[in-house]
Amino acid sequence: MQAAAPNVADKATLRELRAAIEDFHCDYAAELDRGDIEKWPNFFTDDALYRVIARDNHEAGMPLCLMLCQGMGMFKDRAYAIKHTEMYAPRYVQHHVSLVRVTGFDGTHATAEANYTILETLVDEPTKLLQAGRYMDKFRLQPDGSLLLAERHCIFDSVIVSNCVVFPV
Amino acid sequence: MTVQAIPQNAAPNHELPDLIWPEKSGDIPDWIYTDPRVYELEQKRIFQGATWNYVGLEVEIPKRGDFIRSYVGSVPVIVVRDLREQVRVFENRCAHRGAEFCKSYRGNSRSFVCPYHHWTYDLTGKLAGVPFRNGVDGKGGYPEDFNLSDHNLRSLNVTVLGGAIFASFSQDMPSLEDYLGPELYGEFTTIFSGRKLKMLGIHRNVLQGNWKLYQENLKDPYHATLLHTYLTTFGLFVAGNKTGIVADKDGRHSALLNAKPEGRPDNDASKAEIRSFKAAMQLADPSILEFNKEFDSPWTSSAITIWPNLILIRQLNILSLRMIVPQGPNEFMLVWTAFGYEDDSPELEQHRLRQNNIFGPGGFLGIDDNEALRFVQDGIKRSLPRHGVASLGKDVEPMDTVITDRAIRSMYKHYREVMGL
Ligand SMILES: [Fe+2]
Repeated sequence: MQAAAPNVADKATLRELRAAIEDFHCDYAAELDRGDIEKWPNFFTDDALYRVIARDNHEAGMPLCLMLCQGMGMFKDRAYAIKHTEMYAPRYVQHHVSLVRVTGFDGTHATAEANYTILETLVDEPTKLLQAGRYMDKFRLQPDGSLLLAERHCIFDSVIVSNCVVFPV
Repeated sequence: MTVQAIPQNAAPNHELPDLIWPEKSGDIPDWIYTDPRVYELEQKRIFQGATWNYVGLEVEIPKRGDFIRSYVGSVPVIVVRDLREQVRVFENRCAHRGAEFCKSYRGNSRSFVCPYHHWTYDLTGKLAGVPFRNGVDGKGGYPEDFNLSDHNLRSLNVTVLGGAIFASFSQDMPSLEDYLGPELYGEFTTIFSGRKLKMLGIHRNVLQGNWKLYQENLKDPYHATLLHTYLTTFGLFVAGNKTGIVADKDGRHSALLNAKPEGRPDNDASKAEIRSFKAAMQLADPSILEFNKEFDSPWTSSAITIWPNLILIRQLNILSLRMIVPQGPNEFMLVWTAFGYEDDSPELEQHRLRQNNIFGPGGFLGIDDNEALRFVQDGIKRSLPRHGVASLGKDVEPMDTVITDRAIRSMYKHYREVMGL
């Protein structure tokens, strides 16, 4: 990931940024948990990079991703595939995001990290842990003051995937 | 120490007299997917028998002392490059008290030390030393007749072809070339030609189904045009494509071959049968399905099943292995390895990575198959016993239709011989 310039912001700016990023996580998680997958690409810039990668691959320097989107076209195509072409049992997912840390800000880009867990519930089955991982994010400040993701790297500890991961992380 | 191989034409099975295979051709009994006795017998007669089992790639262990964890059937093994650069495979089980001593996916070491009592093995699997062999102050210690060489790690037979490593519990095996037969050897060496490989990464996946369902899935071209809406929608595979199926003489291994037509398949007559076809859809980023022809082959995809534990896929520019690790009758692990070649341009490597969105446990097709297999296992294990039906097509007819189960039937013909069922 390309790092934003190291922190040149004062403490108050960083606190404000963290609050904005936490709001962003809330909206992102709420949209995915509601199941409206076609809204998911809206959280990213047109040139965004999205990777869901096993921690094992990440640490061994191997680039293979569970999901990879480079540019808006690939986001839209994944959303379309999930909604219209993939076959899977109905399920609920629930994202939990915690320990949000802002690691840098250069005026237009903020880098941040957070832990996430995703719970998944299938028909006639108890809820299970689908993923435990860490977001490494790069947000781009928009002219209207809002944030969009220019990069999201989801590095998951739960290397052994139980059956499949249908929805984005 | 070697395990006695079970010959190919094993004696009929008298331990399981209650299991009677149905008479009708193409009928498959439920109990092969659910009965724990069948599962145990498969471990002995198939995975520990006269089979070559894929365990890893040489590129995963390039240097002396490099090792990876792997499996032969349900048995954990270590694949290691010894000090003479030879590839060795041995059981991941200490000869002392049975500890599975290697718990890392990969690493580099000069020796293996079991953490429990520090029995130490060299990279060839030989027991090199045990602490306090002669006790302390003349007291304790192992008896006079204790020989280190009686307690080596159990070593497997190893063969390497074009960078792919196979192992067998049988010391009496034909060459991998003979094991595969000429057609499958050809498909295999199209990919593993000796050109240096580059690892792109691994998906580790547990599926809630019997391991044989996965072999069936890749011998079942019927489902590919029906379940995989992504394939049909975006023109990768439709029933009217130029296709073929090849198998070895024993019917164990097979390859489904397919040539993707140029452009979209809107004029394919077979689409009318396919409910999943979505005529109006275009990819927002069609570059993901671009095909850079890189092999001297008429086929754009080749789905190769190598009995008993390997699927090798070439789909457009995706090169991918799937190693099957049975974990009881109702579950198996699937280790997906994506790779390219060392001399790939950075653009081609990026393209392979983007295209790999199709496969894996988060892939456009991977999700379909993993879910479908689970549906099958759920149905079989929870409903009243009943035979499955695999009667599509004829056993003898030209090899150019996908509306056939012949590769599944030929696999079970071989399976019944080996299992005595
Ligand atoms: Fe499939």
